[in-house]
Amino acid sequence: MSHKQIKESDFEAIHYDDSDAERIAGESTSFWKDAWRRFKQNKLAILGIIVIVLLGIMSLTGTLISGQNYSDNNLMNANQSPSWEHWFGTDNLGRDLFARTWYGARISLFIGLTAAFIDLIIGVIWGTVAGYVGGRVDEYMMRIADILSGVPYLLVVILLMVIMPQGLWTLIIAMTITGWIGMARIVRGEVLKLKSEEFILASKSLGANTMRIMTKHLVPNAIGAILVTLTLTIPNAIFTEAFLSFLGLGVPAPQASWGTMTSDALASLRYYPYQLFFPAFFICLTMLAFNVVGDGMRDALDPKDRR
Amino acid sequence: MKKLLEVNNLSISFHTYGGEVQAVRDVNFDLHEGETLAIVGESGSGKSVTVQSIMRLLSMPPGEFKSGSILMNGEDIVHKTEKEMENIRGQEMGMIFQDPMTSLNPTMKVGRQITEGLIKHQNMSKEEAKERGLELLRLVGIPNPERRINQYPHEYSGGMRQRAVIAIALSCDPKILIADEPTTALDVTIQAQILELLRDIQSKRKTGIVLITHDLGVVANAADRVAVMYGGKIVETGTVDEIFYQPKHPYTWGLLGSMPKVDDAKGDLQSIPGSPPDLKDPPKGCPFAARCPHAMKVCDQHMPDYIESSSTQKTACWLLDERAPKVAPPENIFAGGDK
Amino acid sequence: MLKYILKRLVYIVVSLFFIVTITFFLMQAAPGGPFTSERKVPPKIEEQLNEAYGLNEPLYIQYKDYLVNVAKWDFGPSFKQKGQSVNSIINRSFPYSLILGLEAIFLALSIGVFLGVFAALYHNKFGDYAAMIFAVLGISVPSFILATILQYIFAFKLQMLPVARFDSFAHSILPAIALATTPLAFIARLMRSSMLDVLNSDYIKTAKAKGLSGRVTIYRHGIRNAILPVISYIGPLVIAILTGSFIIERIFAIPGLGNEFVESITNRDYTVIMGTTVFFSVLLLVSILIVDIIYGLIDPRIKITGKKED
Repeated sequence: MSHKQIKESDFEAIHYDDSDAERIAGESTSFWKDAWRRFKQNKLAILGIIVIVLLGIMSLTGTLISGQNYSDNNLMNANQSPSWEHWFGTDNLGRDLFARTWYGARISLFIGLTAAFIDLIIGVIWGTVAGYVGGRVDEYMMRIADILSGVPYLLVVILLMVIMPQGLWTLIIAMTITGWIGMARIVRGEVLKLKSEEFILASKSLGANTMRIMTKHLVPNAIGAILVTLTLTIPNAIFTEAFLSFLGLGVPAPQASWGTMTSDALASLRYYPYQLFFPAFFICLTMLAFNVVGDGMRDALDPKDRR
Repeated sequence: MKKLLEVNNLSISFHTYGGEVQAVRDVNFDLHEGETLAIVGESGSGKSVTVQSIMRLLSMPPGEFKSGSILMNGEDIVHKTEKEMENIRGQEMGMIFQDPMTSLNPTMKVGRQITEGLIKHQNMSKEEAKERGLELLRLVGIPNPERRINQYPHEYSGGMRQRAVIAIALSCDPKILIADEPTTALDVTIQAQILELLRDIQSKRKTGIVLITHDLGVVANAADRVAVMYGGKIVETGTVDEIFYQPKHPYTWGLLGSMPKVDDAKGDLQSIPGSPPDLKDPPKGCPFAARCPHAMKVCDQHMPDYIESSSTQKTACWLLDERAPKVAPPENIFAGGDK
Repeated sequence: MLKYILKRLVYIVVSLFFIVTITFFLMQAAPGGPFTSERKVPPKIEEQLNEAYGLNEPLYIQYKDYLVNVAKWDFGPSFKQKGQSVNSIINRSFPYSLILGLEAIFLALSIGVFLGVFAALYHNKFGDYAAMIFAVLGISVPSFILATILQYIFAFKLQMLPVARFDSFAHSILPAIALATTPLAFIARLMRSSMLDVLNSDYIKTAKAKGLSGRVTIYRHGIRNAILPVISYIGPLVIAILTGSFIIERIFAIPGLGNEFVESITNRDYTVIMGTTVFFSVLLLVSILIVDIIYGLIDPRIKITGKKED
């Protein structure tokens, strides 16, 4: 490169003030903005959210659309293939499967969301207290969690379902009785990590009380991990519900959930595969959507994992 | 002295989601037998990328060689195949990494990690390799090598692990040793021992060492020549004396000013205000212009040429142009130096 | 080493005591006696039955007897399957479950690890995306749905494989695949992220800097370290296979222990429920112990006392 053309006058000193020096560096973005930007790039996760919203809307309104009732049986119409009248066909009692599918969606989603939400509440409280208070308290609290989780989750749930009357809330109680442990462990881990960080010490030294530190500092900073765990708990709860219903331990007839519908369809699978197709498809779709959204959130919130 | 390594106009970029990061831009240096070249600079200056590219350890993509050549014994290694590189790595050059805690395989005995390379490159039998491994452990000063060779890395202390890493790098007697911040993760007393060890090995074997560091104390201790890197470019090179006693580049002044001095009564450290340039969109002119207290209009627009102030010292700064105002280096950088 | 195993065995016994106690009292709290579905039984005979099964004793005596019997590995008679002891039911049905379970575990581990390594090596390339889409599908499709789909396609429509029962290897293929898929997908994801971590680690650079070939680096230094998290996943894997068998054995009409368990639940056959629950717990606790010992052998950092150094 030739520098002949450079003029004498170019050799004048210029002065930057400090703010100029800082301005050169790349623009800094906030953690959540950054996470959102990464999440938006994940097309699958966005699609997952759309699917979840659509499923939610359909579970609320789907039973009204077709003008059929989910529990009206009419043996004259039994085992009909999908048609203009019965969009998803009818089952062996002549009940409209379209209406039942969306009624089942309501039950399945309700159970999944409620169970996940209860797990969230218990898990966050348990984990935060154990992690923050530490010492003996932590040890006992986690020991209890260990013992509860020593027996396989589904085995516990099944045993509980045996002794309690069948029903919606029985399912939810059985699922949450040990379901919160995973959340509690994750929250505790996050809290332990955060506890030793300087801003907590700073806040303590400024005289913030324990309650304030927990609610204003620890939980908000652990919210990423909590959200991810929550999103991944929901499909798990939906699966558990379907699993139990499939074993005949789900909601009693004439109520329907996707699990009971798959179970009912199994007997006549050879002849009427469409009866299995719809509930099975929607179970898979729902779980897939939640899993994809959960993965997307984890990737977005944890840049280390974003590769 | 024989020239071992010659890097010419090397430019390396990384392709990230935010765009192309020009991590190394037009870098030149060489290394001779038995000498230590220190590459100094703050994090993000491109020094690690430079040396990893010499070993061809960068994953490509996302990395990419944009231009330039790396001549080893006169042969360009930029375009060598992976297979050819396997015979160069370990044999012709060895590498020591920054963190001895993570640079050894935790589930493999140290002995095996040392002998692996020997078995592969020198066709040794297991027994021969083990003999040689013991010798190497002795060479790097690990006491009781017969016992240590059968231990796992977690049974070693940090300093000993770094010695083991050095033993691995030296196992096949390479001519070139690349040390990427070999002492940064160690205690100060251990640091001195490791530098001592490197010097000792160098005098025995005539090894050429490329030493990456941001610690000028290490440079003063270990280096013969210094290259100062900033924003992906080498802004100044010279012998260690020249860099410490006649620095010409304001960034070098800043580095020296930010180094603590033992007998500085006031004890205040100068920092360089601002932060390094964004290499996704590197400045057209001198990369340091935005932080330079003596910046001129020209600095923003044109990258200065290297100006030789001796046969060994080259500086890329417009202040050395005859049209520029004369600026003297700040006094504090020499205060109580090593004179 | 021996001391460690002894300590763990004591811990297993304590856990088992809790499990036996809890299941015992849970079953006591269950609505309806064991003979409720046989209402036709005249009161007098029911009385005799209760006596024969020791149901007239006070609760604490029943509890004590049960504990003693369990310690002797005797789970008592079945209420519903006349003339059968719970032990004989377990002995008869468990071999089926064991074969199926081992097959599924083998499938899940081998293919899962392979897929994970494959995805990590082709990181952010087509192979990676394909493997990970497969994995997320595997996690999202419940085993019982996959089982029915497989049954419909391969047994009913293509008639390539038997529909049900468990008489030959061919019978085990579909149920093993159905059981293995979800844990396989988990293992693939676990292995991928662990492998990526390892591939980015410094010691892989050290290995490359030695001049080892890419393949040697990946096998000798990469996989061996990356597989450690998968080893710790074997515990949950056994649980997943075990609980999965409840449903899969039913769908494929396999006379295994999972099927017996589900049957005992629908029949309210309390001694069988209790017996199988205890048996499952023993199985799990022992397999977790074995996994921990294996882990200790593979990772030198774990002293077999169970503490991780540095």
